[in-house]
Amino acid sequence: MTTTSLSTTPRPTGNGEPAIRIKGVSKTFGHGADFTVALKEVDLDVAENEFLCIVGASGCGKSTLLNLIADLDQPSTGTIDTGGRKVAFMFQEATLFPWLTAGQNVDLALKMRGVPKAERSDKVAELLQLVHLGGRQDKRPHELSGGMRQRTQLARVLAQEAEIVLMDEPFAALDAMTRDSMHDEIERIHAELGLTIIFVTHNVRESVRLADRTVLFFSSPGRVKTEFKIPFDRPRHFEQPGIAELSGQLTDQLKAEVAAHVR
Amino acid sequence: MSVDLPVRATPQLTDAELTELTVARSAYEPKAGPGLAWKAWQSAWPKLLAVGIALALWEVVFLSGWKPAFVLPSPGSVLQELFDRAFRPGLFPGTTLWEQLAKTMSRGVTGFALAIAIGTLLGVAVVQWRALRLAIGSLLAGLQTMPSIAWFPLAILFFGLTETAILFVVILGAAPSVAAGVITGIDEVPPPLLRAGKMIGANGLNRYRHIVLPAAMPAYLAGLKQGWAFSWRSLLAGELLVPIGGASALGSALSYSRSTGNAVWLLALMIVILIVGMVMDAIFGIFTRRIREKRGLTGAI
Repeated sequence: MTTTSLSTTPRPTGNGEPAIRIKGVSKTFGHGADFTVALKEVDLDVAENEFLCIVGASGCGKSTLLNLIADLDQPSTGTIDTGGRKVAFMFQEATLFPWLTAGQNVDLALKMRGVPKAERSDKVAELLQLVHLGGRQDKRPHELSGGMRQRTQLARVLAQEAEIVLMDEPFAALDAMTRDSMHDEIERIHAELGLTIIFVTHNVRESVRLADRTVLFFSSPGRVKTEFKIPFDRPRHFEQPGIAELSGQLTDQLKAEVAAHVR
Repeated sequence: MSVDLPVRATPQLTDAELTELTVARSAYEPKAGPGLAWKAWQSAWPKLLAVGIALALWEVVFLSGWKPAFVLPSPGSVLQELFDRAFRPGLFPGTTLWEQLAKTMSRGVTGFALAIAIGTLLGVAVVQWRALRLAIGSLLAGLQTMPSIAWFPLAILFFGLTETAILFVVILGAAPSVAAGVITGIDEVPPPLLRAGKMIGANGLNRYRHIVLPAAMPAYLAGLKQGWAFSWRSLLAGELLVPIGGASALGSALSYSRSTGNAVWLLALMIVILIVGMVMDAIFGIFTRRIREKRGLTGAI
């Protein structure tokens, strides 16, 4: 495996202030009979350089929360403070622009950031190399496999040089082997770049594999239920002892919550 | 007595051997496709056959004597006329076929270009302002269904028997389709792409330039193609109804050939008009196919 060093040096960790501060955030949709409460009074702090996973059943409002943090939507009440940090978003489907090649997709993110043209082509090659897509620069999205598309999207996210990266079930559609390698990738990049990551998933084990801290979300309306510190050293492996046990415990909790809610 | 069987070790492949195996696989990959000539023939023969059958049917009807020869001439005489008009223009008085074709095409291209400009601006305006959409959205759809020939009497009242009257109708024929293409294209940009665009910071004009317009391109092209078809029809209708300067263009030559009872010339002109339509359609087809291939919208379902 080729190893390319990251050109960006890790950012200094801040003064202990949280990178993201979510206070009393609620989000409602619709009116009258269609009125739904997607999120109810969510309080959540995310530390600088923390890897936070949000786990919950479908429809618990986890994606809504990411949209609010990304400023793609506004909360109905409450505040979200990212202290002016730049936010990038990795979507569930690789939302690559189909009229551009893999390289041009990454290039566009650099261009929008105002990186001069002369520097961009080297930078694109470097970023694609980083996600192990060297030589695939001229492929169009439809010519790439699902995993390669997500790698391209990751390169586009990294091109934004954001401090906060939001990930909405980015590996849900990938096969187990590809997902494992993407986990390694994300873990490495998180450490080397000192990113603050919020990773949404419905897969408890994935959260235990990746997170410093996992937050369980409760459905209808979505709110924070409990949270767990994940104590394992890095780098981790999906199959390593302990991960399965802890995942089991978390799953039991989640099931109990769902059962209690149904009753 | 036991027989000693040779023990075979599990093969341990080195990296180099693995690479070799992978490379060897490429021998099974498909060879280069058939040649260009073969491909051209593959796509051409059904068309040639169809033309042959059509000519044969025509010849049969001609030989049956259903209509006298000065009304329905034989295919041979029409093709001869077409050939002479194209390559021996000296045989005929007045404007040549090429001049007529050039006149008609220049009107068509001018009108279509103006229709593109007007239709695109109109489409963008409708997308941009909700009130405008409510006001004229359904009107635009209605205009598309209105036969453009219905505009001619009004156009003649306004502008007389002039170029402007023709241009007016050609634009009215094409602009609504172009506008509709813009509106559908922009309305149907997949929201995930817009969100991705916003996240990479493509805002304001950049949002249009780098995200919305490229995403809307296939629908826009479809609108252009339909617009051209409408403007081509309007144009020929206009040249028939607004004869300027005798047989100076395809439509007016058509009208002139009928009034002089020259059926051979009339049919030759109709073949030219058909060919122009098909060529333009093929050009739009090439653009559409290229854009679809780029985006992986073709091939196996």
